[in-house]
Amino acid sequence: MSNKIWIYIDHFKGQAHPTAWEVMGAGLGLAEKLGGGVTALVLGQESQSLAALALQYGASEAFYADDATLADYRPEPYAALLASLSKQHTPEVILFPTTTRGRELAAMLAVDVQSGVMPDVTALDVQDGKVVATRPVYAGKLLSKVTCDSLPQIVTTRTRAFAVAQPDPARSGTVSKAEPAMAESAIPSKVVEYAVTSGGVSLSDAAVIVSGGRGVANNPTLTPPAGLDEKAAEIWRAQQGFKLVGDLAQVMGGAMGASRAAVDAGYIPYENQVGQTGKVVSPDLYVAAGISGAIQHLAGMRTSKMIVAINKDPEAPIFKLARFGVVGDLYAILPPLTEALRKKLGK
Amino acid sequence: MDFALSEEHRMVQQMVRDFAQKEVAPIIKEQDRKQEMAAFILPRMGELGILGVCFPMRYGGQGMDYIALGLVCEELEAVDSSLRVVMSVHVGLNSMGLLQWGTEEQKQRLLAPQARGEKVACFGLTESGAGSDVAAIASTARWDGDVYILNGEKMWISLATKAHHALVVARTNLKAADPHEGLSAFLVDLSLPGVTTGDIHGKLGVRAGSTGWLAFQDVRVPVENRIGEEGEGFKIAMSCLDNGRYTVGAGAVGLIRASLEASVRYAHERKAFGREIGKFQLIQQKIARMVQSYEAGRLLYLRAGWMKNQGLRNTRETSLAKWFATDASFEAASEAIQVHGAYGYSDEYEVERYLRNSKGAIIYEGTSEIHQLMQAGYALGYREDAPLRCELPAYDAEFWQAE
Amino acid sequence: MKIVVCVKQVPDSAAKVVVEDGKVSWGDAPLVINPWDEFAVEAALLQKEAQDGEVIALSLGGESAKDALKHALAMGCNEAILVSDPTLAAADSQAVAKVLSAAIKKIGDVDAVFFGRQAIDGDMGVTAAQTGRVLGWPVLSLVSVINSLDPSAHTVRVGRATEEGRQVVESSLPAVLSVGKDIAEPRYPSFMGIRKASRAEIPIWSLADLGIPAPAVQVHWPEIFSPPAREVVTELITGGSPEEIAEKLADKILAEKVL
Repeated sequence: MSNKIWIYIDHFKGQAHPTAWEVMGAGLGLAEKLGGGVTALVLGQESQSLAALALQYGASEAFYADDATLADYRPEPYAALLASLSKQHTPEVILFPTTTRGRELAAMLAVDVQSGVMPDVTALDVQDGKVVATRPVYAGKLLSKVTCDSLPQIVTTRTRAFAVAQPDPARSGTVSKAEPAMAESAIPSKVVEYAVTSGGVSLSDAAVIVSGGRGVANNPTLTPPAGLDEKAAEIWRAQQGFKLVGDLAQVMGGAMGASRAAVDAGYIPYENQVGQTGKVVSPDLYVAAGISGAIQHLAGMRTSKMIVAINKDPEAPIFKLARFGVVGDLYAILPPLTEALRKKLGK
Repeated sequence: MDFALSEEHRMVQQMVRDFAQKEVAPIIKEQDRKQEMAAFILPRMGELGILGVCFPMRYGGQGMDYIALGLVCEELEAVDSSLRVVMSVHVGLNSMGLLQWGTEEQKQRLLAPQARGEKVACFGLTESGAGSDVAAIASTARWDGDVYILNGEKMWISLATKAHHALVVARTNLKAADPHEGLSAFLVDLSLPGVTTGDIHGKLGVRAGSTGWLAFQDVRVPVENRIGEEGEGFKIAMSCLDNGRYTVGAGAVGLIRASLEASVRYAHERKAFGREIGKFQLIQQKIARMVQSYEAGRLLYLRAGWMKNQGLRNTRETSLAKWFATDASFEAASEAIQVHGAYGYSDEYEVERYLRNSKGAIIYEGTSEIHQLMQAGYALGYREDAPLRCELPAYDAEFWQAE
Repeated sequence: MKIVVCVKQVPDSAAKVVVEDGKVSWGDAPLVINPWDEFAVEAALLQKEAQDGEVIALSLGGESAKDALKHALAMGCNEAILVSDPTLAAADSQAVAKVLSAAIKKIGDVDAVFFGRQAIDGDMGVTAAQTGRVLGWPVLSLVSVINSLDPSAHTVRVGRATEEGRQVVESSLPAVLSVGKDIAEPRYPSFMGIRKASRAEIPIWSLADLGIPAPAVQVHWPEIFSPPAREVVTELITGGSPEEIAEKLADKILAEKVL
């Protein structure tokens, strides 16, 4: 193997983790600066087909290893195999995604090959033939440049920080098999079982939040079912509106929030409230639909990385904080927005 | 003179702050609106040892000193006065009274379960017709040769419906020449037949707390539960107030701090006329005054706590701390609302609750008026503290921490 | 049963962290025990309560790290040890792992080492895995539940949180675990614990005491800086129809790479 740049493809039972092609993108970017191509490494079940897939995404060669000892991810045999390959072929850079597996493998590999690890990196540069990485510290309040004196320079890339490589079925390269470096008897752990969960996203931890405000009930064209009094009809309309909010949240893998006005009016339970008296959140993306942006709501979400506002009122204070705004009716905008994102995210 | 808090004190302060912020702050607004004390609060404070913080371990306590008690009260009231009220009645008025005046047997039997948080304690002094005028107390405890027969009603009693024990002051000698000397104190088991209790709602503040009334109809109180001698009831009540007032003063300092912190936060957040309102001088004045009140109030209560630790009589110093801090906390809360503008007037923010809570403390545990009379009395030489038969024991780490 | 819990002293998460003269400064914000480490201490104390044993808190740092150790003692740890050496000021994660491993070996007879999942200053999240690797012990990271920890049978069974869900893993002891928030709510220091902690004399071990030379440092932080200030330039999306607007907005959102 002559490539200087290696990337580790993280997967679960043959399904490549969404970050896999971001790591490839980061690797290809480095290859442009350092020369040579990218070698992909895949271990475990279905690794052979994933290795072939990696070639389509831009790797000029790929290594896979698949046997009973590697069937379930366990850090010891995986790290041992990566270390043995690294010592054999001396790459200059090894990139991992910052996933639960990626981070610990990178860390352990660094110890095995007596080099350094630079985790959760958001930018990669090259200076004098060496990698200069940038990574957030103090919960992202500051950024740090990081370098490693020795080879290989081991990096884990932060999710969504690097361009995603695009596949081209016309690409080709070599796929080789590697043998495990540890016998089963030497491996100290066993995976007993997996419980795959698809739990809801908690508001406090969500990376994406879509919130609805009092404007959510404002759709006179909706006809409520018969027999509801004025207040109940209002709540029914609000629930239709919150369904749209929830759909958008779901397609983006996010959580649903609400302003105090919506909660006080009985449209949605208190646990969804974002603001001074609700939860203080700091997601990567906050979409405010039908929320005016009064100071007590802003107190709960102003540190969001990016704010998108949809409101009928062009003077609504929320627009001052928004990166993107639409002056319009959320009932008209949310459904096509959800559909557009659903298509583009391939969901 | 070392003004720094010890590492131990700082850790106590941090621990109680964490508890109050994490577990009570998120639900307090809702409880205040419902006018209900959250059910978990008393058991939780008991579990964490807060209800026995300054009592010797041999009496079920946590072995900390009286300064620690003050710090605990400051932290609790910074979240809500109702938490500190628990300390005022359970610890300050009732349990510390037992520590000061109880026999060894009474301390083991009555104080220890309270310090451990197994029994909740309250203080039954005030009646609908007797507040500042303690000598006008009408409840009676008639000795029938075997037990005391207790009759009467106590009002404005915090934790009335939650407590197991009440330290009740009642008249044992209707013929005493000086009505002050006809009073005696009793630790009454509220599960005795003849005891009824009820809640009082509709208070301006401390709505997340529990305030009520106690009614006694021919309640048979054993002589083993009389605290001190017959006729000592007034002196006992006054020394209980020395401890209750201390917790109120310390708590009010916490309330000033809460008003100050809320105002500073808002002054940075809110913009008007093109800049954050903290840049405007009249806002700055309000904040500067809160700082002054906070620091002065804090030194006053810490001094009182230090005197208690030393075993020095501190009626005057505690009264001064309570009067200063409670008046200042009302002013601070009022100004905090002003800083918040219209938002301060709504319960969207905490400051309106601070104002409503602060008013109560100016009334109970000695009205500000009473304290002014006391201070003038000391200064003019009209008033002097005579030594008591039983003084609050000085803090002795070895005694407090031996099991 | 003997568990070592590694703790770190860090600036409070609410602190305003800035760069002054190329150095990180948090003003007069307090230093606290790394919040994730409290979960690790709690997990260890629960084991101690379930089966009688001792928990030793270990930290690598300067004099201020004693506060983190005192917090751990106040929560209920039996003992605390500080490893401190001026040559370790610029230690990278591999060097830290080597030093911690030497200290753990010096403590001796350790059944398990617990870590919090990451320190909120460096946010590296690698120290547990690297310490385990240096020790040659199995690494179980992001543990959300400890089903059983049996020092006499030398086995441990845990549930780990991974992207896909929960993985149940069994491993031999001694092992290194890092824990997440789900493990248990950390207890407050007790009043007795506070007293014990404030009186505790915490031994300080130097590299000489550990019998190791200063480990080589390979990873460097040549520069620390504030992220570029984000000027919020609001862009209003317009179009002929809601569908057109929605399409444009979706593209803009995706271009910002927040999804």
